[in-house]
Amino acid sequence: MDSTPVSARFLAAGDTALVVEFGDTVDRSISNRVLALAAAVEALSIPGVVELVPTFRSLMLHYDPVRVTHDDLLAAVSPLLSGLAAVHQKTRLWTLPVCYGGELGPDLAEVADRTGHSEPAVIDLHTAETYHVYALGFLPGYPYMGDGPEVLSLPRRETPRVKVPMGSVCIALRMAGIYSLESPGGWHLLGRTPVRLFDTRRQDAVLLAPGDKVRFAPIDRDVFDRLMAEADAGVLALAPTGQSL
Amino acid sequence: MSAILLVRQPGLHTTVQDLGRTGAQRLGIPVSGALDSTALRVANVVVGNPPATAGLEMVGLGPTLEVETGSARVALAGAAATLIVETGDGARREVGGLQSVRIVAGDRIRIGAVSRAAVAYLAIEGGFDVPLFLGSRSTYARGVFGGFEGRSLRPGDRLRLIEAAADPRPEQQLLGVEFPPAQRVRVILGPQDDYFTAEAIATFLSRPYTVSREADRMGLRLEGEPLAHAKGYNIVSDGIAPGAIQVPGSGQPIVLLADRQTTGGYPKIATVISADLPALGRVLPGMTLHFEAISIQQAEKLRRAEEAWLQSLSSRLTPVRAEGLDLERLLDANLISGVVDAIRPSDM
Repeated sequence: MDSTPVSARFLAAGDTALVVEFGDTVDRSISNRVLALAAAVEALSIPGVVELVPTFRSLMLHYDPVRVTHDDLLAAVSPLLSGLAAVHQKTRLWTLPVCYGGELGPDLAEVADRTGHSEPAVIDLHTAETYHVYALGFLPGYPYMGDGPEVLSLPRRETPRVKVPMGSVCIALRMAGIYSLESPGGWHLLGRTPVRLFDTRRQDAVLLAPGDKVRFAPIDRDVFDRLMAEADAGVLALAPTGQSL
Repeated sequence: MSAILLVRQPGLHTTVQDLGRTGAQRLGIPVSGALDSTALRVANVVVGNPPATAGLEMVGLGPTLEVETGSARVALAGAAATLIVETGDGARREVGGLQSVRIVAGDRIRIGAVSRAAVAYLAIEGGFDVPLFLGSRSTYARGVFGGFEGRSLRPGDRLRLIEAAADPRPEQQLLGVEFPPAQRVRVILGPQDDYFTAEAIATFLSRPYTVSREADRMGLRLEGEPLAHAKGYNIVSDGIAPGAIQVPGSGQPIVLLADRQTTGGYPKIATVISADLPALGRVLPGMTLHFEAISIQQAEKLRRAEEAWLQSLSSRLTPVRAEGLDLERLLDANLISGVVDAIRPSDM
C-alpha cells in the first residue's frame, strides 16, 4: 500500500450510518484503504458503533444514534485516516474447485465466441488470476471479486436469467462472482463450484470475507459430482490454502 | 417441557421477527427484523419481555394458534387488529390490542384482518424457542434462514415457547398508544443527493409520492413525479442504510426497509430518519407520503425522544380490571358514559 496522504469524504446516510468514501471507482488501492480503515475503526471499539460494511470504495459505519452522535463519530474516525498506510493486513487465500462449461457453465461458449478465444483459453484466463474480494453483498455470502482479465470483459447479459443455480461461477465486466444461493442474475456463467459460500449448517455460515483472495482450479465432472455430494451432506472440508498479500 | 403453540391457520405472511440481525452485513447478510420495531417493542412491554424479544409479525391477516401444551401470555400490537380468545369449553371473547391475556392448553387465539396498517405483532411472554442465527431470531425468507425454519408459518407448524408456563397474575394494558402509518416522512438528504438535479430534490421534497403495490419487507416502490439524475444512475455499489431512498433509472424512488440488501448500486437521494422508520413500516399500497428534509442533529433529538418514550412505557402499564371487558378503554373512548354505574358500581 502506498503512503500518500489519504483523502476521504464523510457522508451521512441518515442518522444511523456514516459513509467514509475514498473514491468512486473500482480500484484495489482504494479497497485496501477501505479495509485498513475498517481494521482501524474496529480496533478503536467506539461505543455505539454497531457494525462496519466495507464496499468497493467506501466504508459504512452503522451506529446507534442513542449512544453516539454523527459529530462524535466524525471526530473519532477522522484522525484514523492519516495513519492508514501503516496498517498491515493478513489475508486468507482460498482455492475453489470449478467445473467449467457444459450445463454447469452455460455461457462459456458464448464468452469464448464474443471475446475471440477458445473455451480452454477462457478457462486458462479465468484461472490465471488471484482475485481480491472487494465486498460481499447482493446475496448472503456473494463475493464481488476482481480484477478479471481485460480481454474477457463483457457487459452484463441484456436479459438476466430468472434462476441461476447456487454455486454458479460468473463474470461481468472485470468482476467475478459466485452465486451463494439460487437467485435471478445477469452475469455470464462460466462454471460451477461445489463449495457452498453460504451454509447455515456451518459455524461460519459465510465462507469468504472482504479482503480475502480467491483462485479457481478446474475440475472435471466426476470430481464435481463427488464434491457436490460431500457438500450436500455438509462434510466438504474447507480451509484457506495460505496467506497472501 | 416448553409450551407449544400449534398453527391452525397461518395467516397471510406470519414470521418470527426480533429487532434484527446486526453484525453480518459485511458478509452480505441483511438485517431483517420487525418492519414496525416500535409496535414489537410495545407488545413486548405489555407481556413483560425485554424489548428485543422475538414475536410474530403478521401481514394482512393474522393466524389462528392453539395452545397444545402448557400455557402462555400474549399481547397484540398494531393498528386495528383484535385478538379473539376461544377457550376449550367454547367460550369466546375479544381482547383489544396492548392488553395481555393468559391462554392455556386447549385455548385458541385468532387474529383477524390486519387492515389499517401493513403489520401487527403478537408478543409472547418469554419469547419463541427458535434457534439464534448470527445473534438473531429474525426470519429472512428470501435466504431461507432465521426464525421458524427460515420461512413464514404454515398449518400444522408447532411453535415451541421458551417458557413452559405463564403463571397467573394480574393482566396489564397500555392505554393511549397508537400505531398510525406514516404520512409525513422526515429524511436527511444524501448520501448521493449530488447525483440529482436541484429541481429533482425540490420535487422530491414538495410532491406527494404514492406507495405502489410493490411493497414488501424489502422496500416500498413509490410512484410520483420522476426524479431526474444529474450524472447517471449507476454508481459503484456502496452500503445501504435502513430507510435509504434509492432512485433507479425510472426516476421513481424506492424506500429500503428491513429485508434490504446490504449494498447497492443506485444513487440514494435521501435517508429516512430512524425515528420515522417504524411508521413507514406500517404503510399500505395506495397511501400517500410527503418527504421533509431535516438536519442530523434534529433527527438525533427526535430519536432520543422516541427512545425515552419507549423506556417510559413499562411505568405506564395499568392493570386490566374486568375480565373480557375493557372498561377503562371504553371510558377513554367515551362510548359508554351512560351505563358506567350499572356495570361498575363499586369502584368508581
